[in-house]
Amino acid sequence: MSTTISHIGGAHGGHHDHAHHDDGSKTTLGFWIYLMSDCLIFSVLFATFSVLAGNTAGGPSGKDLFELPFVLGETMLLLISSFTFGGAMLSMQAGRKGAVQAWLAVTFLFGAGFIGMEVYEFAKLIHEGAGPDKSAFLSAYFGLVGTHGLHVTAGLFWLLTMIHQVHKFGLDGVVQRRLNCLSLFWHFLDLVWICVFTFVYLRGVL
Amino acid sequence: MSSATHPSHGAASHAASHGSWKSYIVGFVLSLVLTLASFGAIMSGKLPHGAILPAIVVLAVAQLVVQLVYFLHMGTAPDQRSNLAIFLFTGLIIAIVVCGSLWVLHNMNENMMHPMPMNMPSTTGD
Repeated sequence: MSTTISHIGGAHGGHHDHAHHDDGSKTTLGFWIYLMSDCLIFSVLFATFSVLAGNTAGGPSGKDLFELPFVLGETMLLLISSFTFGGAMLSMQAGRKGAVQAWLAVTFLFGAGFIGMEVYEFAKLIHEGAGPDKSAFLSAYFGLVGTHGLHVTAGLFWLLTMIHQVHKFGLDGVVQRRLNCLSLFWHFLDLVWICVFTFVYLRGVL
Repeated sequence: MSSATHPSHGAASHAASHGSWKSYIVGFVLSLVLTLASFGAIMSGKLPHGAILPAIVVLAVAQLVVQLVYFLHMGTAPDQRSNLAIFLFTGLIIAIVVCGSLWVLHNMNENMMHPMPMNMPSTTGD
């Protein structure tokens, strides 16, 4: 049964993966390797930040700038969005197209809320004269947190693209594979954020 | 009929490793508790100062493991082994890069950032 369906799915959706008899696991593995290389980028940024965290050049330190309740709010938005993405994946396995789109839309809203808070925070810091040009500490801070923010922003565009693709192509093999990759990407960004709030914000106010 | 909802054979055979509501809810609740514990450790101000940093590091590592297992479905299942191996290798590289940078630069700060007197050669000559 499942094999027959897979031929139909292949004919409708992904003739290129059908031709190579690729079940999508290689794509997922390749995407995982990309994520791990991304992980290395973040680890270098974390190392840079840790080394430069004390170099405030007479400017404000993390203790003066960071507001933990605000950061907790950001953390909650990202954590909830990770959970709602799980809802999208489970709906995908159940083949419920409408539910997948709804969960992805909810995930998008929480992710957009997170980015909105982060942009507000950055604008506030720059307005207070604590921009990335102030000290090595702030350069490293904006570099690290900004890189994470850019990743989340890219994830938001990817989410919109997938909502459209689910609408247009349905849940065929190719769309499922892309959703699997986006799922890894989105949860991975939550993992990076755990390190950010621990080593940048919580460590910063100590 | 349910197999009709899995157009891709690969997706169907891997469905077992993609979790369930139960695993997502368990992962979410654990992450929530660990996050609140991290922030609480600092915001409550009840922990002794020296214990806070080890506490938040342990809580962060615990949450990383929780999310890897419950959200990213990492495990020792056969179709997850290569992911796990790549992840562990990446972890090794990260440990070398991060610990190495911190160690080297900490040593450099210790040994070279003392407020130096202007007549440096004479102080070392004593």
